[in-house]
Amino acid sequence: MSIVTVQLGQCGNQIGFEVFDVLFSDSYCSQGLCSKKENEAYQASCKERFFSEEENGVLAARAVLVDMEPKVINQTLSKAAQSGRWKYGQHACFCQKQGSGNNWAYGYSVHGPRHEESIMNLIQKQVEKCDSLSGFFIIMSMAGGTGSGLGAFVTQNLQDQYPNSLKMNQIIWPYGTGEVIVQNYNSILTLSHLYRSSDALLVHENDAIHKICVKRMNIKQISFSNINQVLAHQLGSIFQPTYSAEGSFHCRRNPLGDLMEDLVPHPEFKMLGVRNIPQMSENSLAYSTFTWAGLLKHLRQMLISNAKMEEGINWQVRPPLSGLPALGKMSFNKELHFNTSIANLVILRGKDAQSADLAGFKDPALYTSWLEPDNAFNVWKTQRAFNKYEKSAALVSNSQFLVKPLDVIVGKAWNMFASKAYIHQYTKFGIEEEDFLDSFTLLEQVITSYYNL
Amino acid sequence: MEEGVVNEILQGPLRDVFDSKQLITDVSGSGNNWAVGHNVFGSLYQEQILEKLRKSAEQCDCLQCFFIIHSMGGGTGSGLGTFLLKVLKDEFPEVYRFVTSVYPSGEDDVITSPYNSILAMKELNEHADCVLPIDNQSLFDIISKIDVIVNSGKLGKTVKPKSLVTSSARALKNRQEKPFDAMNNIVANLLLNLTSSARFEGSLNMDLNEISMNLVPFPQLHYLVSSLTPLYTLADVNIPPRRLDQMFSDAFSKDHQLIQADPKHSLYLACALMVRGNVQISDLRRNIERLKPSLQFVSWNQEGWKTSLCSVPPVGHSHSLLALANNTCVKPTFVELRERFMRLYKKKAHLHHYLQVEGMEESSFTEAVSSLSALIQEYNQLDATKSMPVQDFPRLSIAM
Repeated sequence: MSIVTVQLGQCGNQIGFEVFDVLFSDSYCSQGLCSKKENEAYQASCKERFFSEEENGVLAARAVLVDMEPKVINQTLSKAAQSGRWKYGQHACFCQKQGSGNNWAYGYSVHGPRHEESIMNLIQKQVEKCDSLSGFFIIMSMAGGTGSGLGAFVTQNLQDQYPNSLKMNQIIWPYGTGEVIVQNYNSILTLSHLYRSSDALLVHENDAIHKICVKRMNIKQISFSNINQVLAHQLGSIFQPTYSAEGSFHCRRNPLGDLMEDLVPHPEFKMLGVRNIPQMSENSLAYSTFTWAGLLKHLRQMLISNAKMEEGINWQVRPPLSGLPALGKMSFNKELHFNTSIANLVILRGKDAQSADLAGFKDPALYTSWLEPDNAFNVWKTQRAFNKYEKSAALVSNSQFLVKPLDVIVGKAWNMFASKAYIHQYTKFGIEEEDFLDSFTLLEQVITSYYNL
Repeated sequence: MEEGVVNEILQGPLRDVFDSKQLITDVSGSGNNWAVGHNVFGSLYQEQILEKLRKSAEQCDCLQCFFIIHSMGGGTGSGLGTFLLKVLKDEFPEVYRFVTSVYPSGEDDVITSPYNSILAMKELNEHADCVLPIDNQSLFDIISKIDVIVNSGKLGKTVKPKSLVTSSARALKNRQEKPFDAMNNIVANLLLNLTSSARFEGSLNMDLNEISMNLVPFPQLHYLVSSLTPLYTLADVNIPPRRLDQMFSDAFSKDHQLIQADPKHSLYLACALMVRGNVQISDLRRNIERLKPSLQFVSWNQEGWKTSLCSVPPVGHSHSLLALANNTCVKPTFVELRERFMRLYKKKAHLHHYLQVEGMEESSFTEAVSSLSALIQEYNQLDATKSMPVQDFPRLSIAM
C-alpha cells in the first residue's frame, strides 16, 4: 500500500526532500547486509510505498508540494532533479507568489479556502496513481504560517474527502527561543485543530535534533540541512519496510495502519515521539560496533527518563515497584520524573535483529494501568540494515514525552494572550478570541490527560 | 513638487531604471509646509497619482507591499507623502505600507520641521503598517566612524572599498561625492537587507508581511529601530567566528542604530534579526543565547525573536546583519519632537503659513499633538513594566 506525502511550507518542503532522499539512497544502498532476495523485497516495498514509476523508468516521489511562495519549491524541485536518481512529479506542486506572513489565520482562513480546489485536485492525482492507499503523511511546521495554518486546513479537508484513509502529521516543534515571535500562538492553533482531524501527530523538536547534531554528529556549524538530515534518518527508520509475520520476504503492507493500530489505542492520546539510536557521523560509524543488548538498554532508559538522545541519560530514574495502587503510582512517577507510556513500538533493523531480546520493554510498570503490556508493546524486526548503520533501533512512543514541552508552549501562549498582544493580526483574518480559547481548552485537556497517566 | 531633484535623477547613471512616464513634478515646491504638501498638492494631484499607481500595480503578478520613502521635516515628502498613505490604504487595503521616514535632527535647518513632523506623525500613526525612523545625526555619526577607520590606516587593516555601507558606484569613480550620498547609501542598504529574503534563497526565509506580523504586537506600536552591521569589511579574508559574533554584538550597540536611540537600556517588545551570507542556524542561536541576558524583553514576549537566514550576502561582504527592534527607545525621539513643537506652537510662530491653507485649522494641530502624546503614553506604560517581575497568568483549569 502507498503513502501520499504532502509537503507544506518552507519547513515541510525542505524536510520532505531529505526524507525522500534518504528513503531512496537507503533502498538502493549496497550495504544492506542481507540476502539479495530480501534486498529486492525491501526495495520493491519501499518503491510501492513512496515512489511511482514514470514512463522512462525514473522514480517520482508520491508527493504533493505546497507553498505560498515559489522560492523553496523551486529549490526543492531542482535539488531532486539534480540528483538524477529520483525526482518529484511534473505537476505535483502548488505555489503562489505571496507567503502567509507567519500568520496562522492567513494560512487557514485565506489561503485555505482560496486554494482548496487546486490543492485537493493535486492530491487526488497522486492518490489515483496508487494501487492501494495506506494514507497520508503530512509534513509541516507549527511555527510558521503556511505549514501550520494551511496544514491544519488541508488535514481537515483530507478527513472530509478521504474519511477511510489514515492521516499522520509530522510536526516540527520550533526552537524554544524564537524562530518566529508568534510561534506559540501558531502552535496552539495548529495542535488543537490537528487533534480534531488527524489520526496521529508525530512530533520532532528542533531543540532536540539540534543537540543531537552538536553532541553526536560532531558538526561544527549546524545548518538546517544538517538538522533535516538527522530528522530524515529518524523518519526513514520508521517508514522503511519491515518484515511481516509471514517471514523475511514479505514486508508489512500497511505501514500507517500498523502504526496507528500499535500506537494510538485511544483518540485522546495522539502525540508520538521518536528516538533513534545510534546516531553518529559517518566517520565515527566506521569505528563503532554495537550489540542489541546495549542498544536496547539505552533505548529503554531513554524512554523511561525521557532523554532525547544517547548522551546525558539519567540512569537514576527507575520504574516504580509494581503492585502499587494506580493513584500511588502516579504521584510516585511524578516525583521521579518517570515517563509513563501508553504504547510503544520498537523497530529493529540490522544484523541478527531476530535475536534481540525485548523483555525490558514488556515490564508492566512502564505502562499506564489501563493497558496490558501485550497490547501496549510491539516490535518490528528486519534483518536488512538501514542507512549504512549495521544495527539501528528506533522507538516510537505514545507516552508523556511531549507533555512538558506542550505545557511550556501553552503557558507562553497564554501569557501573551492575556496581554492581547498580536491578537489583532489574527482577528484581521477571521480567527477570533473564542477560537483561541477553544484551542487553549482542548490542549489543557490533552495535557491533563497525559499528566494523569 | 519641484523639478530639480527628479531631473537630476533622470540625467544620472540610473536614468534607465526609472520609467519617465511614472513621475509627477510641479514647479514651486511645497515651501517646507506640510499643509501645502498635504492639502493643496494632495487634492491637486490625487487623480494623477492614483492613475500612475494603478498602472504600476497592474504590472505586478502579486503586489505585496509599498515602500514610501520621505522626510518628515519638509513639505512635499512630509505632507504629500502622508497624504499618499491614506490614498494607498483606501485604494489598496490589502497591500502593506512600509514607510522609511527621515526625522529631523537636533540641528535642523528647517524652522518649521517640528510642525511638519508632528502633523505627519498623526498620519503615520493611523495609516502606516510599519515605520522605520531614521535621523540624519545618526547617519552622520556612522559615516564619521567609518572615515576614522578608513583614514587611520592602521597596520594590517585595509578596508575593502566596495564593502563600505556608504559606498556607491559613483563615489568610487569620482571623489566628488554629493554631501548626502554616503548617508543615503546607508538607508539604501537598509532597504536592500530588508528585502533580501524576498529576492534571494535562504534556509529560513522572511517575507515583508512577516515583519509586520511579528514585530507589531499592537496596531499603534509599529515603529521599528534599525541597525546595520558590519559597516565595512576588512580585506582579511579569513574571518574567525569571533568576528561573526562581533557583528551580532554591534547590532545592539547604540552607535549602530539609524536613529539616536539606545535599545539595550530600554524595553524590547520584539526583535528581528535578518542575517545574510554564510551564517548558519547554530551561529544565530549561539549569539541569541549570548546576548539575551543583557537585553530586557517585555513580560509577555520574553523570547520575542524573529530570525531569518538568506544565503546571498551583500556585495563585498561575506555576511551581514540587519536588526529591527520594536523597542521603547524610540520614545525620546518622539518626546523631543513634541517639545520642539510646543516651543514653536506656544508662540504661534509661523502658524499663519499653515492656517491660510484651505482645510487647516488649529484643531489639526491639537489633534496631531494629542495623537503623538497618546503614543508616548503607550510607551510610558510599557516602560513602567520594565522592572516588574514576570507574572504568569493563572491557566485554565480542567475538571477531570
